[in-house]
Amino acid sequence: MSGLRLVGIRKSFGATRALANVSLAVAPGEVHALIGENGAGKSTLMKILSGAHRPDAGAMELDGAPYAPEGPHDARRKGVTMIYQELNLALHLSAQENILLGLESARWGWIDGGASRARARAALAQLGYGDLPLERPAGVFAVAEQQIIEIARALLGRPRVLILDEPTSSLTQADAEKLFTVVRRLREQGVSVIYISHFLEECRRVADRFTVLKDGETVADGPMAGTGLDAIVTLMTGREVSELYPRVAARAGAPVLQVRGAAGGSRLREASLELRAGEILGLAGLIGAGRTDLVRTIFALDELAAGEVCVVGSTSRGANPRRRWEEGLGFLSENRKEEGLMLSQPIADNVTLTKMPAFSRFGLVSGARQRAASRRWIEALAIKCRDAGQPVGHLSGGNQQKVALARLLEHPARIFLLDEPTRGIDVGSKAQIYRIIGELAAAGKAVLIVSSYLPELLGLCDRIGVMCRGRLAAVRPRGEWTEEEIMRRATGGS
Amino acid sequence: MPTTRQRLLRGIGPFLGLLAVIVLFSLPAETRPYFLTFHNFKIILTQTVIVAIGALGMTIIIVSGGIDLSVGSSIAFTSVIGALLIQHGWTAAAVVLATIAAGGVIGLVNGAAIAGLRVTPFIITLGTLGVARGSAKWLADNQTVNYDASPINRWMMTANPFGYALPAGVWVAIVLAVATAVLLRRTVFGRHVFALGSNEATARLCGVPTTRLKVLIYAVAGGFFGLAGLFQLSRLRQGDPTVAVGLELDIIAAVIIGGASLNGGVGGVLGSMIGALIMAVLRNGSQQMGWPTYFQEIIIGLVIIAAVFLDRLRRGRSD
Repeated sequence: MSGLRLVGIRKSFGATRALANVSLAVAPGEVHALIGENGAGKSTLMKILSGAHRPDAGAMELDGAPYAPEGPHDARRKGVTMIYQELNLALHLSAQENILLGLESARWGWIDGGASRARARAALAQLGYGDLPLERPAGVFAVAEQQIIEIARALLGRPRVLILDEPTSSLTQADAEKLFTVVRRLREQGVSVIYISHFLEECRRVADRFTVLKDGETVADGPMAGTGLDAIVTLMTGREVSELYPRVAARAGAPVLQVRGAAGGSRLREASLELRAGEILGLAGLIGAGRTDLVRTIFALDELAAGEVCVVGSTSRGANPRRRWEEGLGFLSENRKEEGLMLSQPIADNVTLTKMPAFSRFGLVSGARQRAASRRWIEALAIKCRDAGQPVGHLSGGNQQKVALARLLEHPARIFLLDEPTRGIDVGSKAQIYRIIGELAAAGKAVLIVSSYLPELLGLCDRIGVMCRGRLAAVRPRGEWTEEEIMRRATGGS
Repeated sequence: MPTTRQRLLRGIGPFLGLLAVIVLFSLPAETRPYFLTFHNFKIILTQTVIVAIGALGMTIIIVSGGIDLSVGSSIAFTSVIGALLIQHGWTAAAVVLATIAAGGVIGLVNGAAIAGLRVTPFIITLGTLGVARGSAKWLADNQTVNYDASPINRWMMTANPFGYALPAGVWVAIVLAVATAVLLRRTVFGRHVFALGSNEATARLCGVPTTRLKVLIYAVAGGFFGLAGLFQLSRLRQGDPTVAVGLELDIIAAVIIGGASLNGGVGGVLGSMIGALIMAVLRNGSQQMGWPTYFQEIIIGLVIIAAVFLDRLRRGRSD
């Protein structure tokens, strides 16, 4: 029996059972999608496969022989290599040096330049990137190319199984397409690829078979062709898709935010929009189209280079984030780890940072009142945590995002700017966030959402605008859009 | 997730360290008769004052994610200023205010340069380290500044070996430590300092005026360094522009031994004060053991590494 086979894998950490009964079979030259919510056990399973953890029970086989890696290095030697979501490159070293890191062609400690170049070139050519400039430092490449460099490095170890963890989470649509081509090339060369992604459409396009994990158990597997995505979502969540977007369209009220001919940031060329109370306006577009720059410019995190941003009812001149909060705007960053949250600080401080003075009396901040306010949101949003004093960094991605959202609710904002509010979080948390957004609109708040996930925009928004190359083209009611039409506009069609 | 017991352990970790070094020096026959006396503790406390007051300012800076290397030079500069003003017949109260203000101005310049030029604190304060030291020597005409007498000279005296009264400097340090702890833990300014140190981008996004805050942090800390300079003057009874060379490293070490992280967002006044005490006890004990100064330096160096390593072990296990 060739390929990778896992049967009855169990793993517990103390009293927490991470994997209860997992089976997985991947044939050589097969692309296998591993699907499951956050917390379903994907990460633990991958850590077992890549040698970071050992299973408590169960059998693992690779090409008919028992497979029991001593550690990540041993796993690699035995032919199982993992490419993590956060890439591992030495950004100051050249592409070539990165590809050969640890496997340099050397004689007596001197690097053999010619042989090194040839090997790096060959690995890249295998992926269809033979013309990548080898001498340039890895840091100057775009993320997509950095990923290729890392895959090329993995290829030098002649992997039999390559694990890709959320490989497209920071890629543009076009780069994702190129990655799919690379994955297909690997398949043709007989490499087994385990493909982990939250984007189910992507899994359907690239994978031959799938396995669904739920609560540490394999609940289903089968061929990708002929299985509907709705069926997979139901398997993952135990919930029907139609329940995901429970919202009924609200009636839009008076305008609350007007943007006219705005330019700013590094990418925003020109955008005009009007946001009304009680409506959800979605911004679609490719990554790099300027959507994030638009919301950041509205929130005065990026400087407005031209045009104007007018918060209805506000008379204040000049703009900075502090004033925007005062005017009732709230901003949720697309990057909760780097920008959105203070990971080392308690939940309470993260929730109340925009309005510290409101919790102080005679100059002293009351921790008790901060925690009491936070507890309300922990309950309302079902944030899983020990207490309001726990550092946010200890929480899972979905719960972190809910803390970040709680800040806007606590403030309270009346105009919500949400940049990729559901990126990298599990379907259960997503459903909760959709529900909250729906309730906000019903309560008369205005919501502007940037998202790269089209079903979410189509399911949630009243109106959708598409950005392309820094410009916001037509904003139209949801009913006039289809996924195909949005993609056509986003890629420059008219 | 840390249990209550682990959190308690983290809180008292530095205390245990302090207790350990005290016990260590109480045991040998050479030090036993003298080390554990009240008078000796009075001396240790007095020897801690300058580093402790410096560490208060440094705690605020390090928690905010910054660093200040110019402290030793600032102390020399402000002590020279103080001595010169005493020479010119200023009253003690006026001299106190002037030295604090002088330190505050150096801090203000540091903060403005860091926030305005967007250069890392390490580089800016490395620069002002030289500028302040050179200016001190220039003002002092490259020699010590002597004066006849001043009430300031009494603030660091431990002369009366049987008296139970602590010198004024010790009381000032204690009162300031309490005030700084409240400032850092309980005021909007303090919580914003933690926010800045934990994640500057988040602080900016949440409307914390980060530029103004940075300037304020270095200015306030500079005020502390000016006061440390005043006590340096009180101790030496002259303004010496070559004093306190390298003292910034002792001060940073005290803050780090106390559990602060150089990455910002973590740290506290109590820990820093204990860190300062641990180093003073080590110095005092080593002297009484008759160990040469190079041996003391080696020990203190090892203690810094051990303290941070133990702290990381504790955190690593609890996370």
